Order: sequence, then C-alpha cells, then structure tokens
Amino acid sequence: MIPAPFSYRRAGTVEEALDLATEAGEDGKYLAGGHSLLPLMKLRFAVPEVLIDIGRLAELSYIRDEDGHIAIGALTRHHDLEYSALLAAELPLLAHAAGRVGDPQVRHRGTIGGSVAHGDAASDLPAVALALDATLVARGPSGSREIAATEFFRGLFETALEPGELLTEIRIPKPARRGWSFQKFTKRAIDWAIVGVVVQGGRVALVNMGSVPMRAAGVEQALAAGAGPADAAAHAAEGTNPVADLGASTAYREHLARVLTTRALAEAASRN
Amino acid sequence: MKVAISVNGRQVEAEVEDRLLLAHFVREVAGLTATNIGCDTTSCGACTVLLDGESVKSCTVLAAQADGHEVTTCEGLAGADGQWHAVQQGFHAEHGLQCGFCTPGMMMAAVSLLAENPNPTEEEVRTGLEGNICRCTGYHNIVRAVLAAARDGQPAQEAS
Amino acid sequence: MSIMGTRVLRTEDPRLITQGGVYTDDLRLPELTGAAYVTIVRSPVAHALITGIDTSAATEMPGVVAVLTSADLPAAPEGGDPTAEPLLAADRVRYVGEPVALVLTEGRYQGEDAAELVSVDYDLLPAVPGIEAALTGETLLFPGTENNILGTGTAGEGDDVNFGGCEVVVERTVVNQRLAPVPLEPRAMAAAWTGDRLTVWSSTQNAQLARGAIAGAIGLDPALIRVIAPDVGGGFGAKVAVDRDAIAVAWAAKHTGHAVRWIETRSENLVGMVHGRGQRQTYKIGGTRDGRVLAYHLDVVQDCGAFNRLGVFLAQLTVLMAAGVYDFAHAGASFRAVATNATPIAAYRGAGRPEAAAAIERAMDDFAAEVGMDPAEVRRINVVPPDKFPFTTATGATYDTGEYAAGLERVLGAAGYPALRAEQARRRERGDTVQLGLGMSVYVEITAGDMSGETARVVVDGTGAATVFTGSSAHGQGHHTAWAMLVQDELGIPMESITVVHGDTDAIPEAIGTFGSRSLQLGGTAVVQAAGVVKEQARRVAAEMIEAAEADLELDTAHGTWQVRGDPASALGWGQIAERAGPDGLAADARFDASAPTFPFGAHLAVVEVDTETGKATLVRHVTVDDAGRILNPVLAEGQRHGGIAQGVAQALLEEVRYDPDGNPLTSTLVDYAAITATELPSFELVASETPTPINPLGAKGIGEAGTIGSTPAVLNAVIDAVSHLGVRHIDMPATPEKVWAAINEARAAR
Repeated sequence: MIPAPFSYRRAGTVEEALDLATEAGEDGKYLAGGHSLLPLMKLRFAVPEVLIDIGRLAELSYIRDEDGHIAIGALTRHHDLEYSALLAAELPLLAHAAGRVGDPQVRHRGTIGGSVAHGDAASDLPAVALALDATLVARGPSGSREIAATEFFRGLFETALEPGELLTEIRIPKPARRGWSFQKFTKRAIDWAIVGVVVQGGRVALVNMGSVPMRAAGVEQALAAGAGPADAAAHAAEGTNPVADLGASTAYREHLARVLTTRALAEAASRN
Repeated sequence: MKVAISVNGRQVEAEVEDRLLLAHFVREVAGLTATNIGCDTTSCGACTVLLDGESVKSCTVLAAQADGHEVTTCEGLAGADGQWHAVQQGFHAEHGLQCGFCTPGMMMAAVSLLAENPNPTEEEVRTGLEGNICRCTGYHNIVRAVLAAARDGQPAQEAS
Repeated sequence: MSIMGTRVLRTEDPRLITQGGVYTDDLRLPELTGAAYVTIVRSPVAHALITGIDTSAATEMPGVVAVLTSADLPAAPEGGDPTAEPLLAADRVRYVGEPVALVLTEGRYQGEDAAELVSVDYDLLPAVPGIEAALTGETLLFPGTENNILGTGTAGEGDDVNFGGCEVVVERTVVNQRLAPVPLEPRAMAAAWTGDRLTVWSSTQNAQLARGAIAGAIGLDPALIRVIAPDVGGGFGAKVAVDRDAIAVAWAAKHTGHAVRWIETRSENLVGMVHGRGQRQTYKIGGTRDGRVLAYHLDVVQDCGAFNRLGVFLAQLTVLMAAGVYDFAHAGASFRAVATNATPIAAYRGAGRPEAAAAIERAMDDFAAEVGMDPAEVRRINVVPPDKFPFTTATGATYDTGEYAAGLERVLGAAGYPALRAEQARRRERGDTVQLGLGMSVYVEITAGDMSGETARVVVDGTGAATVFTGSSAHGQGHHTAWAMLVQDELGIPMESITVVHGDTDAIPEAIGTFGSRSLQLGGTAVVQAAGVVKEQARRVAAEMIEAAEADLELDTAHGTWQVRGDPASALGWGQIAERAGPDGLAADARFDASAPTFPFGAHLAVVEVDTETGKATLVRHVTVDDAGRILNPVLAEGQRHGGIAQGVAQALLEEVRYDPDGNPLTSTLVDYAAITATELPSFELVASETPTPINPLGAKGIGEAGTIGSTPAVLNAVIDAVSHLGVRHIDMPATPEKVWAAINEARAAR
C-alpha cells in the first residue's frame, strides 16, 4: 500500500519535463493524474525511481475546436471531457465514455493522455481513440511527431511512445457520421469492462478483447459491404484473443463482443 | 521535500518523504484523522477529500501533487460557528451511518456530487457514489441522506 | 409517552459526523508516542515447509526496531493438538497470508520496505485448494492425522432420513461460496506497557474475550492486561475476540517491551482476516405431488480453511437449522468439516444460518419446480403453523415464536405478487430479451445461541446523570442510543444525561460482547435489570428522605422525579437521591442469562431482471419482513435490515473468494473481490412485523443478521426463476452474468 521510495521531480514546462525524463532515463516515469501509475506503485508492481510530475502543465489541458478536428490536451481530465459543452456537441462519444471511467473521484484526477499512454486494453479511452481515428501527438527530445491511433497500441501495456516521449495532444477529426454508441459491460458499475464496444459511424473498436485495444475489422468490413447490425456483429470476435480471467472465459467474452456490437450498432444507427 | 498544503483553511507546511500519500499527510502531518484508509486499490473511497473543491481519493494523490493546493476534509465541513453542513445534517437525520468508518469519505463524495449536480435523482446519487463502499448500511439511508441534503439546501443556511 | 418503539436519531452521530470516529489507527495517545509500527511478513504460498528464514537484511535496515519469528516464541508444549494454530508459522505454512514474521519499524512507511527484506525459503508441498481436494485425503495438512477431517456431526435423523412415501424426490449438490467480510476498517491493534500492565487497543467486538485470548496465548496474567475497544469500523462477526495476527502483535509488545501499533492493508485483510461460509451442500427433498414435503436431508461439507477456528461450530449451526421454517415429518443433516490450504473460516454475518436457509429455500423452489407448483404455495403448505409454537424441529431446534405464513403473505402482498407474475408471463410470451424473475425465502434463524448471558452496570450520580456500563460492544449498531432509551424509559432520566460505556476491561471486567445478534436481548435486558435495581435503591433512599412509606412513592418517568403519590410538592430529583445515597451515588450490577435462544424469522421477495443475452441479473425490488420481536428503535432496526440485505444480495449475485489450483488467492484486492456498491442495489421495501418472544422481558430477538439470511436465497431463487422457462433448474452462487449465460446455453442444448 506504500510505494517503494522514489525521487519526485516537478516539471514547470514541457521542455523541463522532457529534460527531466532524459536525465532520469529508464528509471523515470511521468506522473499525470496518477490514477493508472500510483495504484501500480502502491502494490509495488511498478517501482520507478524517479517520478516526473507533469500535472501542473496547464498548457496541456484544453479542448479546442480547430477547424475540422477537435484538439485535446493530453492533461485534460476525464471530468473536463465529461462536462465539455464542445464535446457534447461535436464528440458526444468521448464525453460519454470519459464519464464512465472509474468513478467521480478518479475522473477528477485521471487524464486522457495518461489513460492513452498507459495503453491498457481493458481501459475505455484507448478504444475510443481508435473508434474516433485519433492522432496522438508526442514530443520527445528530438521534436514532435504524430502517431495514428491505429499505430499507437503495440502490445500489452506497450505503446509507440519512445522512452522519455511525452504525449501532448489527442487530435480527433470531427466524425462524418454522427451515430455513436458506447457499450461497457461490467458486473459492478465501477469495474473495468469485461468487454466494451465503441462505435462511431462505421468504425467499431473493442475494449478488453486482447492484449491491445483493437478495431473490429470484420465488423467494419461487413458494414461497409452493406450488412445490417446483427449480421455485421457476428464478426465481432474475429481476430481477437480475449483472455480468460477472473472476469470471464474466452468464450463468454467472444459472445459478449457479438451481443454488445449488435446493440452498439443499433444504438448508433438510432443516433444518425 | 517540502510541501505546503492548505487544509480546511489552515496552512500546513512540512518536510515529507517524496512518496508520502496525501491521505497520510492529512492524518499524520495535519493531524486530522477523520479521513480513513480502507483499501489499497483506490476502490473504497473512505479516504475521499476535496482537492480544490473536487472529490479525490487521497490515497492515490501524493502530498507533493497537492502542494500549494487546498484540501477540505470532513472536519472542515461544518461552518465556523459549528453549524452542520447540509450533508452532515442529512446523514444524521436519515441514519446514513452505522460504524462511521466510510462516512467522512462518503460525505465528501456527496458534497462534491451535489456541487456538480444539485438536484440528483436516486439513480444519479447511487452512480455518483459508485466510488465509495459502505459495508454497514446497504446504502439505502445514505441515498436518502444525500437526497435530503439536496432538498434541504446549501451549507450554513438552514437551522439544524 | 414511552420512548420504547419510537424513532430516535443516534446520539453517536454528532461526534462521528463532525470529527470522525477514533479507530485504532487514529489513536494519538501519550502511551503510543514512539510506538513501533508492525508489519507482518506473510506466506506467499499455500502449502510449504519453511526451510529457512533470513532476517539479517531486514534487521540491518535503518529504522528497524526488531524482526521476530517463531524462533522467538516460547516453544509449544509437546503432545499438543497437531491441528492447533500457532501465532507465527514455525516449520510450515498452510495458507497464503499466514503470518511468518513480524517487522517492527520506527516509521510507518518503512514497514513494507523492511518486510520485503525478510527472506523465507519455502519447500512447496502439494496444495489442497478446496473441499474436493481435502476429501480425497491425498495430501494431509497435518502430519500424523489420518485425513483432513477436523470434525463431524449430525442433526435429526442424520443420514438415515426416511424418504418412504415420497412420490417425488429431488437431489442436488450446490455451493455456498466462500466470502470475505470486508469491514471497512481492516484489523488493527496497538499495545503499550503502562507500569507492569499491558494495555491493548484492539478493533474487536469483545474486549473481555480478547483479553482472555491474549492472556492465554502469550502467557500473561489477565489481571495484567487491559483491553480497550476504540471505535470499531465494522465487524460482522469477523472481529470476534482477537485472532492470531493481532495476538502476535500484542506478543511483540510483551517480547520487546516496546509500544507497538499495527493496521493491515486491505490486500492483507482479504487473505488474512477470516472468511465466511464455504460449504458444499447436497440436499435431497421428497414429498407428494400436492406439494407436501415429507422428508429432507442435507449433507454439508464445511471448508474450515487451514485451521478449525470456527468451521466445525458453523456446520453444527447449519445442521441444527437445516429444516428452516418447515414442519417436516422426517429431516436429518450431517456434516464433515475439512481442512484446506486456504484462509481459516469463522463467523460472518449469519454464521452458519445463511447456509442452512440457502439450502432449504433452494430445495423448496427445486421441489416446487418438480411438482409444477408456485413456490409460494409449496411454502404455505409446509411452514410451521402459528399455533404450534414453541416448536421443535426435526433437526432439534426449538423455536420460540413465529408467524411464518403471515410473514410470507405480507411480503407477497406488499410486493404485488400476482401482478408481478402476470408481468413475468407477458414477457415470457413476448420472448423479451429482459425477463423478470421472482424469488422468495421464508426463513428463521437463531440468535443469542451462545447462552452465555451479558452484564450491565447502571450508575446515577449526584448531578442526576446516569452512566451505563454495558458488556455489549457496538461497532455500528447504535447501542449507546438504544441503551439510553432503555434507561430513560426505566428511570425517567433524559437521554442527554445518559452516557454509555463499553469495550474497556477496566470499566467492564466481565462481559461477552457483541456477536450472534445477542446484544439487545441479552445486553439490553441486563441494562433494564440493573436500572430496575437502581430504581429500587432510589425508592428506599427517597422514602427515607421524604419520610414516607416506600409503597406510597412513585417514579414519574416523564419528569424523572420521585414523589409521594398525589403530592407533587414532595418531588425529589435523581441527583438529590443519588447524593443522599452516598459518595458513589446509586449503582447496581446485573447479569442476564436467557433461558434459551430466540428465533427471528421473516420472508423476502426479490424481483430481478435478467438480460437473457448477456446473463446479467439486476435486482430491481427487494421486499422484506424481518421479524425480531419487539422493536426498541425502528431507525436502528431498519438500518440493520438494510445492511444485512445488501450483504446477502452480494452473496447471491457478486461476491466470491476464489483460489487457483495451487491455493493462490485470486480475489485479494477490492478490484477483484466484488464488494457490492450502491449502483447494484435498489432501495429496499421493508414491512414491519413484531412477534414478541417470551424469552426476555424486552420481548426482543436479534435483528442484526436476519436480513442477510433471508435475502441470499430470495435473490438466487429470483435469478433462476427468471430463466426457468428456458429450462434452467439451478445456478450456483454467485449468479454472475457468465454463470447465468452458461446455464441458459446448457438448458437450451439439453432440449
């Protein structure tokens, strides 16, 4: 319940954060809201020697309408996404999903950047980023680069971020098709999704159906070929490899993926 | 490292370990033990305080992160004249506590909930308190307490 | 007007709401200044020989005060019980979480750092992760024993129940799963020497029993131990007396002479605090097609965990209560209690009785399904009728009073049962995805079954204030409010002038404490009796003061004054009388020993919706009668019912302790152990019902566990009922979405 000892460093600017990260090397981790990292540290599953607190980088907390896309600072909290009038109008899927992360206390601290950079296939926002065809903007010692969400999630808790690279912005194109749905299946409301399905228009992403968040390619292809929701949803488990764990067996997860995809597609269609 | 945190309006400064959790800062450094620790996975909410007016689980915030900010705990809910906050009144009137261990955190979560949603439905209260576990009450009277607090007004206005 | 039976808000609340309670880890007493923090090093494996413990790295860490292992304990006497539980594991460990060493540090945060440095070598043994493995006897937990059976027993006709004449017999093996009590305050203890006495602060339900346990275990005269229960953040039976972890902490104080304090983490609590339930049950129920049950047999295998803390006792209660509320011509039950490489099992809200109710109520629904009758009708036919009390069941329990059929009718009426069945029928006909399920239970339980009595002392001082010293030990129940109500009613002293003291062996040397829903009926009665003696003392003193005959005096409880009947001018107050009585005022001790336990009862009706595609069940309504005799304070009684119901629902739908085949716990954090939250529960619909008992002058039975006992079977029955039209006959608890889905698939495949 008590983290192993570490040194705390506070960054006043993005530049300073990058410098501190370079200095700390592989002993260092960024600390944003801390609600992915600190729980791991408290159980001593993660033992970074240096924590670089980027939580006060106010310049990374914003939600802006930028002409064709919405730009969201990586340090924007789930709470702010949930209550954003701009998102309610332009990206209701994101506002809604952010409002389902954890509980209210978690949402007052956790950030979209922290969640996406953590790369947990069981978290909601990575899948949402996929469904929204987001672009992740990262800054490192050698400058800025843009990474498509479809290239971002590499493996179990592994993203495309290089050591020391800082996620600064999540850029989301305004969806051409407005229908959306977010189906998060849990036993208790506060649980991580046993399985989740995220739909925006013709894009379908899955939560907790493998070691990475993923798009349901089979479903998308069927939809593009004109299949109805139920027929398209029959492909939901294709290409996935859900674990069998305390939450569910593989077979049950695959079944849920199909059921939730059917419901998500129907709900999205009703919102078109 | 040195931190300075305003706790219930009082400035508390101390030299602390970098890894000190805000929950322990409140309990051990500021000496306010109403805020309790009930788990180690950010699940139970017993440690909930307000950080700059918003509910957070103080076990998952470093004191360092709260440095220079304002923390409100259960002990800071009542008015300066001792007048109970509407949430406190509600919890008493509706028997919303039994052993009392989850109560400070539950009340702070409720205060934050009502600040963001002054007129919640029963369902919104239950969802709003999803981050707080109570083992004694079955939540029935906690929900009534929060709804009563919502009905009966804002802090320091109604006679108790 | 009497305060008895009225809604009185709690006197405990103001302090708890404004300052918070003072739980053991909140103590900031001078005696504990500089106390060392204790961190327990626990076994990470389920079954192994300890081949070496290296404490050198830990001992050398700055801030470490001491590192203690079983080598520091006095040697256990030869020839003792081979299944006895040590304070610290010596040559082997038998469950993940078993204490192996203690680390004492100056600073709180150093504890985990130092504990990581203690190096223990384990030689793994095959694990016995559960009941099935224990029964094979392939691996024995205790060398020198013949098998893993720690105890056996029977009730009624045992295993020779007569099923003659039964047209229909249903047999099924079901699970009553292991649960974790999860009080919000984990276990905690502090201890410090004051002179030659050891003062112990313990998060306990029984300070006096704790003192005895500590004294015996660490070899200290009980007179040299003072145990204080500070505010306790929930117990639910799991904090009865004190367990080995806490005793080891007290021993550390004795051994080192150092003040110590300890609080476990939640992860430790989920493997180190006792678990509850844990039975494999096989029921056999037989009767005729008109719904009359003729015979019932229950076979119980009780998982004790690695040591028999209370496993055998729990199973004894289960077989005693096996017949439930029913008048069966033939019934019998038997149990085997087995050792497994898992956390020891002891009392958890209901302690043996939920298990009995769950089995018989599942069996009644099973029987009803077999004979094609409404489960309410089958129950009506078989419950003990009201004119047969006191009633001795076929399994040997004698119930004092009960109105079982009436309770069922009231609950069905309050729920609108016919309309619900009609709605269910409509949804079935339409083939709705979301189906409706109705489940009921009619239950009885045994409270104050320990038959050990309770103590009280009432003192009135020269200011007219009263102090009640009670043997009961509240941890959320509101005894201070309730006992003050009793004294106000008896003596006319207003509640604001009454202080209640509990949980301190100096103030209350002899007591049993709180568990088994015994406190109001035993502790409350003792308070009333002590107050009664004080009343008579006062009468004698007042008679002297007024110079009147005692028979002419009356106590005006509305004003708290004594006077000659019809002569208000003669009135004297309590303060005056107490002052006259002497420097110690008026004081009386009482001890109440009931002649028998009492048997609360009730009926629950649960309404669930089941999404037949995902299997997820949602409890939408829960209606109950929980009859515990005469209610002193409905506010408190309702609170106990709510809390009990929630925990019972949790067992039916969500919670379960699970181990892997190697005995590693899979549910050792609150992320994985699905403790129920507000979003899974509706508001409850409570129906009032009071059928008094003649066993005590208050007419009271115990309400604390009744809600739990009634709710679990009602909710499980409801989930099964929701999908019974698809061919499902049973689902084991917890009825998680996947289990419901699997049951539906299985039933479909069988068609």
